[in-house]
Amino acid sequence: MSISNEILLALPELSLLSMACLVLVVDAFSKDPDHRITYWLTQISLAIVFLLVFTSIPDEPRLAFHNSFIDDAMSSVLKCFICAITIIVFLYSYEYLKENKLMKGEYFVLGLFAVLGMMIMSSAYSLLSIYLGLELMSLSMYAMVAMNRKSAAASEAAMKYFILGALASGMLLYGISMIYGLTSSIQFTEIAAISMTSVENSRFLVFGMIFMIIGIAFKLGAAPFHMWVPDVYQGAPTSVTLFISTAPKLAAFAMAIRILVDGLFPLVADWQSILMVLAVLSMAIGNIVAISQTNIKRMLAYSTIAHVGYLFLGLIAGTINGFAGSMFYIISYALMSMGTFGMIILLGRYEFEAKNLEDFKGLSGRSPWFAFIMMCLMFSMAGVPPFLGFWSKWFVLKELVASGYFALAAVSVVFSIIGAYYYLRIVKLMYFDKPDKMTAIKATKQMRAVLTANGLLILVLGLLPNSLMQICLTALAH
Amino acid sequence: MITLTNVLLLAALLFCISVAGIFLNRKNILILLMCIELMLLSVNMNFIAFSHFLGDIHGQIFVFFILTVAAAEAAIGLAILIVMFRNRDTINVESLDSMKG
Repeated sequence: MSISNEILLALPELSLLSMACLVLVVDAFSKDPDHRITYWLTQISLAIVFLLVFTSIPDEPRLAFHNSFIDDAMSSVLKCFICAITIIVFLYSYEYLKENKLMKGEYFVLGLFAVLGMMIMSSAYSLLSIYLGLELMSLSMYAMVAMNRKSAAASEAAMKYFILGALASGMLLYGISMIYGLTSSIQFTEIAAISMTSVENSRFLVFGMIFMIIGIAFKLGAAPFHMWVPDVYQGAPTSVTLFISTAPKLAAFAMAIRILVDGLFPLVADWQSILMVLAVLSMAIGNIVAISQTNIKRMLAYSTIAHVGYLFLGLIAGTINGFAGSMFYIISYALMSMGTFGMIILLGRYEFEAKNLEDFKGLSGRSPWFAFIMMCLMFSMAGVPPFLGFWSKWFVLKELVASGYFALAAVSVVFSIIGAYYYLRIVKLMYFDKPDKMTAIKATKQMRAVLTANGLLILVLGLLPNSLMQICLTALAH
Repeated sequence: MITLTNVLLLAALLFCISVAGIFLNRKNILILLMCIELMLLSVNMNFIAFSHFLGDIHGQIFVFFILTVAAAEAAIGLAILIVMFRNRDTINVESLDSMKG
């Protein structure tokens, strides 16, 4: 393939990079305290990248740059979702930043660079490009968490995130170095081919793989590597929490698929048993500890940990359908989490910061419509039919049972019933408790419209789950 | 004669020291940052050793990237450290406990 064709394959990434640099320069010269130009340029560049990816979804995977970059259906679908989700995340954040006097152009610039890192992660086809994408994403997010310079909690959260994130990268790198040493390659197809044949080295390959799985688990926030998740979710500004809990999860999923399925599929039996331990621990710790939380962001952090456990179930199934189930799970999780944090931003904006569960008391009296949307989101998170969250659990568990893991499926159903308690508690607070204040929610038309669309999307996709599932299946088909 | 195993053992030892440093250190966050650097350098040693004994150049290229990323990482880490010091007037590890639950 000629160099110009290779550059064309990476066109979305390259245009995002140049737009991010442009936004950085424009913001440096803009005197507007609201940073309107920065905001709109950011949204436009994300929309352009979305269109570039959307119009060129390939049927066959295409490799470029010495086989370290891949353009296939999975990467394109994930990139589309990453861009679309980030557009909505920035829309929610804009109001929040303005209201809380945190409006800085860097939020959008760092966000764009983080998105670039995520796109590289979803397209990476060698260990080097995966590492670089991961670091670009993580470094931007460390800085975003610390963006509220006056807040002691935010800087503490950023420090914890930074140290544990760097530790995770170190672990991942150590695993990469072992895999490189044993296969003398950093490219996934070569690693897969060599690890298939080298039986005498398989013990050392597993040793390297364990370190890489620790790195992935850290980034996804799976127990027992979840220590950073609650603190970062609680300490970071809500708009940053919203960002961290949505799009990066898709990128981390892509990383897991590339490393475990594209690279180390010959070791499938070994990583299945490791993931099984991580999945059960995550579901247990996430669902049980979430019950005792009073801070809503912290509660949602533990709920994320639990959801990552369910995500692993699809990978454990070890079939294409199982991986597609996981992809469905992570996409629907990102959509639900986006709506939930959007709701927290909405409630927190004018009268108070919605920090505690108590702040949701009597929401149905203050704003019946938003209480309804929040109810949809909570039912969906808990996995009540016919919402999207039910189908994501259903697909994953179906594939798990089809692969013969009955006990694991039963355990995860039990934990999801335990988990339903704390989601339904919010519904109870909203509908059956008396509010402390009776003021109605004030919000801009934009915010109302998008939040409504977000909530209804959960319901509509829940009624038509097969369309999204079909996309996931074709994405992983090759 | 230095064999591959010798170098790998040394790198593993350095890696263990750095991980132990991160978990055992209860005093100063700067030491945590040093441990993180040590960890990345021990990985670099692994890469160089493999690259040398396999006669493959990829490992050395990887090391250059790791060194660059480590520099960026140290810059961000120190920036966060300064923000934290301004807010709390301390860089004690034990003071990182305002959030619990």
